[in-house]
Amino acid sequence: MSELTNLTIAEARDRLRSGDLTSAELTDAYLQAIEAANGALNAYVAVTADKAREMAAQSDGKLAQGKGGALEGIPLGIKDLFGTEGIHTQACSHILDGFQPRYESTVTANLWADGAVMLGKLNMDEFAMGSSNETSYYGPVTNPWRAKDDNKALVPGGSSGGSAAAVAAHLCAGATATDTGGSIRQPAAFTGTVGIKPTYGRCSRWGIAAFASSLDQAGPITRDVRDAAILLKSMASSDPRDTTSVDLPVPDYEAAIGQSVKGMKVGIPKEYRLDGMPAEIETLWQKGIAWLKDAGADIIDISLPHTRYALPAYYIVAPAEASSNLARYDGVRYGLRVPGKDIADMYEQTRSAGFGQEVKRRILIGTYVLSSGYYDAYYLRAQKVRTLIKRDFETVFAEGIDTILTPATPSAAFGIADQDMASDPVKMYLNDIFTVTVNMAGLPGIAVPAGLDDTGLPLGLQLIGKPFEEETLFRTAHVIEQAAGRFQADKWW
Amino acid sequence: MSVDLTTVKRVAHLARIAVSQEEAVEMESGLNAILGFVEQLNEVEIDGVEPMTSVMPMEMKKRQDAVTDGSKAGDVVANAPQSDENFFVVPKVVE
Repeated sequence: MSELTNLTIAEARDRLRSGDLTSAELTDAYLQAIEAANGALNAYVAVTADKAREMAAQSDGKLAQGKGGALEGIPLGIKDLFGTEGIHTQACSHILDGFQPRYESTVTANLWADGAVMLGKLNMDEFAMGSSNETSYYGPVTNPWRAKDDNKALVPGGSSGGSAAAVAAHLCAGATATDTGGSIRQPAAFTGTVGIKPTYGRCSRWGIAAFASSLDQAGPITRDVRDAAILLKSMASSDPRDTTSVDLPVPDYEAAIGQSVKGMKVGIPKEYRLDGMPAEIETLWQKGIAWLKDAGADIIDISLPHTRYALPAYYIVAPAEASSNLARYDGVRYGLRVPGKDIADMYEQTRSAGFGQEVKRRILIGTYVLSSGYYDAYYLRAQKVRTLIKRDFETVFAEGIDTILTPATPSAAFGIADQDMASDPVKMYLNDIFTVTVNMAGLPGIAVPAGLDDTGLPLGLQLIGKPFEEETLFRTAHVIEQAAGRFQADKWW
Repeated sequence: MSVDLTTVKRVAHLARIAVSQEEAVEMESGLNAILGFVEQLNEVEIDGVEPMTSVMPMEMKKRQDAVTDGSKAGDVVANAPQSDENFFVVPKVVE
């Protein structure tokens, strides 16, 4: 049974269609794997076994009639940020205690319409605020990867830590995730999986709990590049219910897999070479450059001069938007209510008990930078810097660059309860230094596993593309994947 | 710029989050670390730069002004901590 969980989405799809495998068998294999592993990894916060079996039976009926959709019978895990009708949806926050929406997010509705099967809801940093999955009300997720000869528990990255860990440990065939500053790409890099944040507007945000609306985008985490292409095709759509959703047809991303990168212009931005960056990250980057050169791409040195300002600007823009978005959690309409001596006290006690430390910190920063007298100095300035960051990318793309290659993260996965990270919030924020520029500019970015460090932990490379040119990313990431090979954690759980 | 304890408490009240003295002290150092970090934005030349309002150049989509949904009062209050006959119930606000 267990080898069924080793199938990629593409492999499972082919076997399901040929009638060689049923979705019921595949779904049961995953449910057993989750039951055996979740105590150790804590990747799922809710398992929907009955629903999964019911959906699998329906899929098997459709497959038998040859009427299966693009993802018919494929078992997926869903990040807890996505609204799923009648099912646990809490953004891994205490403040949404017991919340079961009466609606379905557009992205998940698209997946079910294509025949996918829901295994359950995946752990994440509270309201997607974090880079280690340690801010979850449901406790940290443990990375399936460990350093060689070391039993120390490592973080899977965040905020989509449950998604990345579940995919890496084969507890789902693929997972949905979201990315506001790096929350898909950083955990993918930490777990040897593939994660793509599409262009802003490609996936509908409708029904996804909002963190920073001008930056949030949904995307998949999968075991390989082809699976990411398959899953994104189903997740993406034009949605009249999200005013920032684009009216562009969704391409057949999978068709880009295997296309040549000959003559493609790949930019290497010098600003992504940081002081004190581990030598292994630089070595990995050079390997990626060599692979693409061998495949016929032109490697061109470029400059994105405002890169270093992206993270500080992000830590004004994102908390500002979050402070506004999270104002809705007031103990009146849903979730937790803590009584107070009057209504204002009820709000204050509810929000104090319901939000964790990191979420409170970001709400306070956001409230402060938007408060009277500080708006121009912080928020307006950050939005102007954001224009400059986007302009940097526009300039190099106008000069003919097709895609940009960078490291995905400044290090490999670190330990759970790392003292350095716990003592200074900015240290944790630096995890997103290579990924956050992409959100600030609204561009697509993919993280693809490219090698292991000296201690045997996975490291990823990032490719950044032009708006709505995800196909270029799939094509190029596949070349890297072919050269680097795929990486699988040794099973200890 | 940095914040003092009084400012932290004032901002927490604006955000409707009750903070204990201990929490306020911890928040003060966390917020100042972040404010120190974002200080470097002051180096950037921003004269004549438009602030970003939309990351993708797109026209705001407009829906038809038509009723397409509704009559779901039961669904709307389904998750309320306290409701009564499809009303949200809150502590008394008018004496």
